[in-house]
Amino acid sequence: MSSLPPRSLGVGSGGLLLGHEAATSKGLGSPRPGSLMRTRRTKLQIFRGVIFLVMGLFFLVPIGAMFEFSTRGDTTTSPRNLDAWTNIVKVPELMDALTASIELAAITAIAMLVLLLPTMVWVRLRIPQLNRIVEFVSLLPLTVPAIALVVGTVPLYRWIGVNLSDSILTLSFAYLVLVLPYTYRTLDAGLAAIDLKTLTEAARSLGAGWGTVMLRVVVPNMSSAILNACLLAVALVLGEFTFANLLNFENLQVAILYVGLVSATTSIAVAVASLVFAFVLLMILSFVGRPKDRVARVEEIPGSLVPSMTGVSVLAELVDQPK
Amino acid sequence: MSEVRDTRAGIEVRLEDLRRSYAGVTALDGLSLTLAPGELVALLGPSGCGKTTAMRLVAGLEEANSGRVMFAGKEVTGLPANKRDVGMVFQAYSLFPHMTAQQNVAFGLSLHKVGPDERKRRAGEMLELVGLSAYANRYAHQLSGGQQQRVALARALAIRPTVLLLDEPLSALDAKVRSRLRDEIRRVQLEVGTTTLFVTHDQEEALAIADRVGVMNKGRLEQLDSPTVIYSRPATPFVAEFVGLTNRLVGVVHNGEVEVRGTRLPLVQPDAANGPAIALVRPEAVSLAADGDNVPGPMIGTVIAVSFLGATSRVTIDLGDSTVVAQLPTSEAAAHTAGTRVKLVIRKDPVLIARDEVAAADA
Amino acid sequence: MRAGRRLPLAWLGVVPFFAYCGLFLLLPTLIITAGSFTTKDGSVTLSNFTDINQPYLVKALLYSTIIAAVSAVVGALAGALLAYAVVTGNPRGILRRSITSASGVLAQFGGVTLAFAFLATLGQVGFISEFLLQHGNDFLFRATWLYELPGLILVYMYFQIPLMVIVFLPALDGVRPQWREATESLGGSTWHYWRYVAGPLLAPSFLGCTLLLFANAFSAYATARALVSQGSIIVPLAIDNLLTSETGRAQPGLAQALALSMIIIVTVVTVLYSLLQRRTSRWLR
Repeated sequence: MSSLPPRSLGVGSGGLLLGHEAATSKGLGSPRPGSLMRTRRTKLQIFRGVIFLVMGLFFLVPIGAMFEFSTRGDTTTSPRNLDAWTNIVKVPELMDALTASIELAAITAIAMLVLLLPTMVWVRLRIPQLNRIVEFVSLLPLTVPAIALVVGTVPLYRWIGVNLSDSILTLSFAYLVLVLPYTYRTLDAGLAAIDLKTLTEAARSLGAGWGTVMLRVVVPNMSSAILNACLLAVALVLGEFTFANLLNFENLQVAILYVGLVSATTSIAVAVASLVFAFVLLMILSFVGRPKDRVARVEEIPGSLVPSMTGVSVLAELVDQPK
Repeated sequence: MSEVRDTRAGIEVRLEDLRRSYAGVTALDGLSLTLAPGELVALLGPSGCGKTTAMRLVAGLEEANSGRVMFAGKEVTGLPANKRDVGMVFQAYSLFPHMTAQQNVAFGLSLHKVGPDERKRRAGEMLELVGLSAYANRYAHQLSGGQQQRVALARALAIRPTVLLLDEPLSALDAKVRSRLRDEIRRVQLEVGTTTLFVTHDQEEALAIADRVGVMNKGRLEQLDSPTVIYSRPATPFVAEFVGLTNRLVGVVHNGEVEVRGTRLPLVQPDAANGPAIALVRPEAVSLAADGDNVPGPMIGTVIAVSFLGATSRVTIDLGDSTVVAQLPTSEAAAHTAGTRVKLVIRKDPVLIARDEVAAADA
Repeated sequence: MRAGRRLPLAWLGVVPFFAYCGLFLLLPTLIITAGSFTTKDGSVTLSNFTDINQPYLVKALLYSTIIAAVSAVVGALAGALLAYAVVTGNPRGILRRSITSASGVLAQFGGVTLAFAFLATLGQVGFISEFLLQHGNDFLFRATWLYELPGLILVYMYFQIPLMVIVFLPALDGVRPQWREATESLGGSTWHYWRYVAGPLLAPSFLGCTLLLFANAFSAYATARALVSQGSIIVPLAIDNLLTSETGRAQPGLAQALALSMIIIVTVVTVLYSLLQRRTSRWLR
């Protein structure tokens, strides 16, 4: 029927509206009559070049500096080496903390799935009127700064430390709440993409029990959303500092800080490693899922990876969505 | 309403041998076209034919590689869009979302340094012209698609442009709204008298409202004529097949005539070379007679379906190796129900021929 | 509507979720709220809030606000420019995708790792400091500003700018080329376009995103903790010190009052942000 012009460039360049034009133009502004338009296009390109150069420097220099720092020798005259990197595995504090963080990440991810997924499916199928409430509660942690929330969590953990366990793994209780907003949104998008009602009714009518329905019908159809949610949870947990520090646990980030007081190079090597890891994680995220989702996905997911601050940013995209 | 008719409206617009290509694609391959003052010319063609490019060259949104654009004899080829005074209506997203309808219409006037009172008056006038005075304070998202386009039309005409350019303004609308708005646009255009270029891929639209229709294909103008001529005397096979329905019948050209299934038909181009060809026959040129003889022949077939279209009906006939569509007054078509055997009679109007690879002429 | 009989049973399914959130989200918030209005011996009071009126805490609040405001405004401007530079390129091109991915990584690259990155660059033995030293300049070597207000603002930019790119890009995408072309055909210049069309259209989103950046910086803790070894230069650090003071002078009530204040401020800003976003999404769908 009708063909709306493709969502093309935003401001600035001359709109590329239809068919072959959109396909062939590189999008850097269509040529316009007279030299006026040529100057406008050149000015735009100069502007872009300058911006990318300045920003590129601002963002890449500190990262480069970290690489540089982590390969320094012991004194200003000794040659560069990878001692700092090999140290990572030699420092027991770091390895313990890394192990703990990985375990925390795994526990949190699994607990998140176990708590969220059945609840979300249940609400969608049985109590749709509660959907908005569940959504609201899941997004609440975004509006509470971590540093503020932890103040109220301290007495709770005092109790837990005495009555349950004083292991660092108890942190996963709190982490589950912290990852809630991001993982909820990811799982919600995944659920919205499949026709849950029909799938479950079909499975049930064939005689499947709820366990089978969840494990063999729902989960396989949402595999990419589930994977995304887990990767998000892992990224968040590995980057978390506030709760661990104020509840007196030594997770990866805390360990990096304290080891840094002793050996800056080693700490920085770990920092670089975690940065690379986060980047790799994001790359994986952007390739998981159906190809047509990918372009949108790359722009969606980054917004949700703001863990160590408040992550208020996710609210941005959430508010945008049509209710 | 004679106030809105401005002496500046009704300017001759001339396109001279416009060429435009980029990235190895030729969008326009030498387009020449003259719009008489006050005329509405529709540029019709499939997507990629260059009609939008042509319009954008007139608007000044794109630059031609060669050729000229003239407004009232004055060359404007080098002028940027904001110095050309053209009114534009887009396919979608025409209106500024943060302004009311009135503000949208008045916007162009403020750019032309019209004072606030005068602006208000003229904007009100234009809104009344398109019948939307009551909606002056509504925003774009509070208006339907058709209403938005009408406001866009008012906005384009408010500045009394030299030429009005409409880029598929109806394509994004529902079918019912489309035909009503089409007539609206024509009514307003006639009233104001602005020279207008209307780009569309819908041949029904083009034929319904234009003074002349220019059929384009692959960057070239295939035919520029009034709608009746375009329809009844297509100049090229492309036009014949793009505009209206066409039957493709396999035949052989022989001495200035083409023989199709035993019938000899005169040719539009009598000097066509002999040999196999495909005759393009309009459904209206085909009539049916009941086959009382029950004698098989090349023009005997079975009715597959009858489509009721109101005053006329379309009858699809299976000839065994091909299908033919005939268009008859409904009263006549009623006699031939599905499954009956009929005899086809082709009126001896001059036909066009096409010479693609000859496979079975399939409908 | 379901029969009353079935209702209770179905609602059982959401009990685990709400119970959990109640325990680890609602309860701490209640603790904070209750604790803010209680003294150590349990009586109701406003003293925790009035206690905030100490010089060092007032300074912390002031610094927190300044850092958040400055990094938000400058970050918003720089981020908007970068976003504009991105959006005027090929929408499916490599440049746009790598910048958005990089923004995603950098927006989350806060905390300890970020602090160390800047120490490695601008710190006493950092990359640039050493470079300058070799050329006879000890400006950076002796600088302490990195660990104070200016330094924090600079460091915060590192995640504020990418965050702005991420949250502002959708609004820029929503600006249709037709509006520019319409403006031109009506006789407007570039300036007219920005002043009367694109500017007003993008203003609510820009403002909202700036507020978002403010809330973000205001709540930030880890980066400052890693950069500033001691002191309560900003509110999160003040809260930290109040909670973990080793001299036995830990004042939980005061910490809770501060925490509650933070929550209120961030909530208000977030609500304002979502109101602005609603208007933006109406215009720039």
